[in-house]
Amino acid sequence: MGQTKDSGSEERPKWDNKAQYLLTCIGFAVGLGNVWRFPYLCQIYGGGAFLIPYLIALVFEGLPLLYLELAIGQRLRMGSIGVWNSITPLLGGLGIASSIVSFLVSIFYNTILAWVLWYFFHSFQNPLPWSQCPLNDNLTGYNVECEKSTPVNYFWYRETLNITPDIETSGSLQWWMVICLASAWCVVYICFIKGIESMGKAVYVTATFPYLVLTIFLIRAITLPGATDGLVYLFTPDWETLKNPQVWLDAATQIFFSLSVAFGGLIAFSSYNAERNNCERDALLVGIINSATSLYASIPIFSILGFKATTGYNACLKENIMSLTNYFEISDQNITVENYKQWFDHLNETFPDKVFSLNLRECDLQTFLDQSASGTGLAFVVFTEAVIEMPGSQVWAILFFVMLFSLGLSSMFGNIEGVLTPINDLKLVPKCIPNELVTAILCLISFLVALVFTLGSGNYWVEVFNSYVGSVPLLIIAFFEIIAVIYIRGMKTFSEDIYFMTGRRPNIFWKACWMVISPVMLLVVLVAYVIIQAQTHPTYHTWNPDYERFPQTQVKPYPDWVFAIILLLCVVPVISIPLVAFYKLICRVRNSSSRANLNPYCNGGFQADT
Amino acid sequence: MLEKIILLLCCSCAVAQHLCTPDASDGYKVRLSIKTALEGQAYEWNENEMFLFRATLAFAMRNHIREQKFEVSNIIVCNETPRVSFWFVVTSPESTSVLIGKEDVEEAVRKSRNRINSAFLLTDKTLEFIGILPTLAAPVDPDTPPWLIVFGVVMGIVGAGIILLLVSSVVQKKRKNEMTDDEENCEETRVKTVENGSVGEGVYNMSFSDDERFTQM
Repeated sequence: MGQTKDSGSEERPKWDNKAQYLLTCIGFAVGLGNVWRFPYLCQIYGGGAFLIPYLIALVFEGLPLLYLELAIGQRLRMGSIGVWNSITPLLGGLGIASSIVSFLVSIFYNTILAWVLWYFFHSFQNPLPWSQCPLNDNLTGYNVECEKSTPVNYFWYRETLNITPDIETSGSLQWWMVICLASAWCVVYICFIKGIESMGKAVYVTATFPYLVLTIFLIRAITLPGATDGLVYLFTPDWETLKNPQVWLDAATQIFFSLSVAFGGLIAFSSYNAERNNCERDALLVGIINSATSLYASIPIFSILGFKATTGYNACLKENIMSLTNYFEISDQNITVENYKQWFDHLNETFPDKVFSLNLRECDLQTFLDQSASGTGLAFVVFTEAVIEMPGSQVWAILFFVMLFSLGLSSMFGNIEGVLTPINDLKLVPKCIPNELVTAILCLISFLVALVFTLGSGNYWVEVFNSYVGSVPLLIIAFFEIIAVIYIRGMKTFSEDIYFMTGRRPNIFWKACWMVISPVMLLVVLVAYVIIQAQTHPTYHTWNPDYERFPQTQVKPYPDWVFAIILLLCVVPVISIPLVAFYKLICRVRNSSSRANLNPYCNGGFQADT
Repeated sequence: MLEKIILLLCCSCAVAQHLCTPDASDGYKVRLSIKTALEGQAYEWNENEMFLFRATLAFAMRNHIREQKFEVSNIIVCNETPRVSFWFVVTSPESTSVLIGKEDVEEAVRKSRNRINSAFLLTDKTLEFIGILPTLAAPVDPDTPPWLIVFGVVMGIVGAGIILLLVSSVVQKKRKNEMTDDEENCEETRVKTVENGSVGEGVYNMSFSDDERFTQM
């Protein structure tokens, strides 16, 4: 027996308890997309009807992929690069691709967290800074850009982003954004300083706090006037949408990105588990909780959006009422929101041309409800506007932004883990450099690269990264993951692995999914996605104050050099897969040819081992 | 005599009324939205309230033009509607047929706008003088923006935490190194004693040593 302590492999870090592991996986899966992407998709794709393609995609695509990643990580007990290397060295590039994607995603994701921090810092003022327009330079009126759009839009586009009219104008570094970005990376660093020891403790808060806040918002939101309108609007099923293939595509991609598979983070997390752990139950738990959270989050979100629509509708009516009251000198408050219709009809009959000359606005609740938004638009424009109308706005704003921050932070943990674990496993850095320093260097490099997003055109770049890095490469990686595990490692070996870990072999459902259904679904989704993207020249929305139809956003096509960067972002992560396969093939050919030159009488079995 | 006085009063009233017309060049329209502002605690608009308005306006004129003593009778009101809106003009205290110019009235109202509003428990939006824009409130500009204060607090906590954790892990590593140094020293002496006791030469075979460290396997 040798000296075990000096055998070279240190003891692998492990979770303090099962709850930490589950919370970390759930926190990684549940992210900003659950709050601001799923409700939007539900709304535009016919409410309750969208749940059908969503659940089908979850069962046949999401859960099998999740189970596969957790199982293979737990069995082979290595990060993403190590796992694929040990299945077959030819597919070692898979791990590298995962790491690159994780790195690119973590860069722009933390920028979004920096924006959340900025809004959080500004929520401690009374009145909230996005509730009123600032005055112009000579204090005679309000700022022109703010007057034309809304104070909320102005605060987001001008005071937060200081956005340039298009992506080609880079602008300069916005110092306030730089310090917010620095603080976001510092928070990530402090949670990661001791690896999963510190992260495991941080995750107790970051994974559970959003649920607390969502519950508080739920209770507050359903008591707001107009909440039921919003909920009815969200969940009314429109079965016609199921005929549109775009709906199925969006459901599949939403499940896929929502579960955060193919980043390598889940493999890393499960590699710190005990060897005999029931990963089937874990996968089911994480997947179902993720989808349940999406549904749960959409209820307060849409109650609040319904409240906002009702408030907007009432404000529109009150404007009309004021015009009518003032023009016809009717007693104050004789026309109210309730009897507006009767008064309007009566006045229109008796004095039609006078009423016409008043240019009253057309007020329709449906138009207000239709103003949907997703992504940063939902959080920083629509929701902040709704929060102004709620009594006690500061409290709700603070709660909301802290919730967004913890949701994003727990997802960042998975992304960073997807980069750090391969670095540690591949022993890329010498032993003398402590882990804390490696993490610090990674955070520093990411911060410096992310400074691009603090330029005037930063928001446009975040959109580019969001749409193209986190989409096609992940689909390709996931497809190769399934092929690698099921067909190269073999379904039989994998079943044995699962038997070793959980005590029973996977049943026919999992086998059918892994061998046929999931790869086919992934391939179909990938091909459809690429075709749809390739059909139109990609465009983007810009905020251009000089546009004639300002405050509408101007749609511009991406310039060619940006298009080239987009292609690079899609190709660079996945190019490592064929490159590494090629390189390993060449090495293998060279090795087999050199082995043929050995002395046939040389018996390696009796050489003195050191 | 009595008839002359009555005739004079009627004439002056008629003249006064003649001065106040809608769209008068020196007059302003006022609009009150009491129910919108006060909802449940709204008061009735009656003659007494109108008297208060005229008195407040006389007060505003006195504040602006200090030499002249304006009286309630100098404020003439006409064209009252159920909306609660009316026109008013201001006559000079010296001669009731001369109107005070528009600009002076506007200045007077602007200066005392706050007092006029508070007399009626209303605001700039609910007590409107059509044509006189409310002066926009100067924005409160604190020396340090409040967001920087919150930022400072958060970063202070995070920075302190980072330093604390780094220092504690450095201290831990030092302690661990000292402990393993002690253990290695012990092992070397033990190995030396065994080697001294061995009979011949040869490679020392660690597997059969008595060192209890290996029983951990």
